[in-house]
Amino acid sequence: MAIVTKILFMAVTSIFINNFVLSRFLGLCPYLGVSKKIDSAFGMGMAVIFVMAIASAFTWLINQYILIPANMQYLQTIAFILTIAALVQFVEMFIQKTAPALYKSLGVYLPLITTNCAVLGVAVINIGEGLSFLASILNGFFGGVGFTVVLLMMAGIRERLEKAELPKSMQGMPIALIIAGCMALAFLGFSGLNLG
Amino acid sequence: MMTILLPAMLLGGLAAIFGIILAYASKKFHVEVDPKIDEIISVLPSANCGGCAFPGCAGYADAIVQSGAAVNMCGPGGEEVAKRIAAIMGVSLTPKERDIAVIHCQSGGYNNTFFKYEYKGIDNCRSAATIAGGPNMCVWGCVFQYDCVKACQFDALHIDAQGMKIVNEDNCTGCGACVKACPRSLIELVPISKKVHILCSSRDKGPIAKKSCGNNTACIACGLCVKNCPTQAITITNNLAIIDYSKCINCGICATVCPTKAIEDRMLPRKKAFIHDDLCIGCTICAKKCPVEAISGELKQPHIVDQEKCVGCEVCVKACPKNAIEMVDINIPKKIAEA
Repeated sequence: MAIVTKILFMAVTSIFINNFVLSRFLGLCPYLGVSKKIDSAFGMGMAVIFVMAIASAFTWLINQYILIPANMQYLQTIAFILTIAALVQFVEMFIQKTAPALYKSLGVYLPLITTNCAVLGVAVINIGEGLSFLASILNGFFGGVGFTVVLLMMAGIRERLEKAELPKSMQGMPIALIIAGCMALAFLGFSGLNLG
Repeated sequence: MMTILLPAMLLGGLAAIFGIILAYASKKFHVEVDPKIDEIISVLPSANCGGCAFPGCAGYADAIVQSGAAVNMCGPGGEEVAKRIAAIMGVSLTPKERDIAVIHCQSGGYNNTFFKYEYKGIDNCRSAATIAGGPNMCVWGCVFQYDCVKACQFDALHIDAQGMKIVNEDNCTGCGACVKACPRSLIELVPISKKVHILCSSRDKGPIAKKSCGNNTACIACGLCVKNCPTQAITITNNLAIIDYSKCINCGICATVCPTKAIEDRMLPRKKAFIHDDLCIGCTICAKKCPVEAISGELKQPHIVDQEKCVGCEVCVKACPKNAIEMVDINIPKKIAEA
């Protein structure tokens, strides 16, 4: 029972309170770039969840069994980038061969997130907060879920905006950034949440 | 020394391991991609203009191979590219007629247009057209900021000495970029074989349209072209005559009857039809097809073209099953007759 509550706390924390996009400001590039259509936003979100979860696992292992014994934690960033890039490449090839259907829905987004800062961010945060192996994976997974939720909300708003009459100077990116700011303000409300 | 060497070795080793794994994986999980896609991409012009309605040249190549899209949709590549794609795909090519842009306004050019005020704003048509109904008197016509010329990727639109826009038919690929760029929708894509165009888009009533046109060539919706069109291809809606190009046979009669010269006949000077007696079998098809009843003759006897009536539309040439009809310059038939 205690574990279930712990997982739930973790979910709420990563999805709402410490949302990667809106309170940590990581992964803003896909957040603004791939949020024009709900379909592609969903595909991107799924790919991010997937990559964040497995990247958390692998970077934790790399850190624990290679960097710490060698006493070279200062190589974290560069080692993690290397790991994530190789991992994403590998996963892309793997699912292209084994699950063409999954590849069609996820595949095109995978190369986009090789060097995404949200993915690198989750790896660094996991280590920084001293999370255990399982907790790291869960943190990555729920971080991805939080990213997807926000991305989908943004896509929904922007699909509506397509039909709205906006002044020319506001069209496109300016209004998207204003909305992003409003959403971040709204998510700020979660930070007072008491999970005691 | 070691403080530099150790991390370098560690990272290098890590990278090497990943590299080996990836190299192995790329062999192990290699997926055969249809080589035809790459071949087609190399044949396509890489303009990525989107004229084919697919996302870029690569998207089109993919659509041809994966979902069987037609091989002749590439405007810039034209027939040549269509042939090569057809060869790669092993399909027979059904020739598609090339579209070209036609500008339905001949205002007379910048120098001859009547202006309400001098426009000194942002130099694009869209903003010029929105300020007080545009700078020119005709609220339907060209505003001369040349967005269409800027939009053209293929150097097919030019401005002549009068400030008038000219479409270069050889360079135009029918991609439609200028059509989208024009805020007044003056440009239309028309099959290249169609040679008669109404060069006016004014929906104003006759007198106003004529007065505001710097070239005096506005359509005044008099209806003469509608009455004289042998194929009922012209209709007048909102004070403007419009040609239905699917019905138009290029006869050019409308251009000759138009009192304001709003209709341009690009087949001028027109040739006349001439029937070779030795080839004609008297099937009467040409006589039936002729829109102006210029051909006469008995069944199974060689037919004759009345040169006075012939308008040079070439309908009979296409209809003749024996290729017995030739288009010749007006003066030459006499010589042939003499010979």
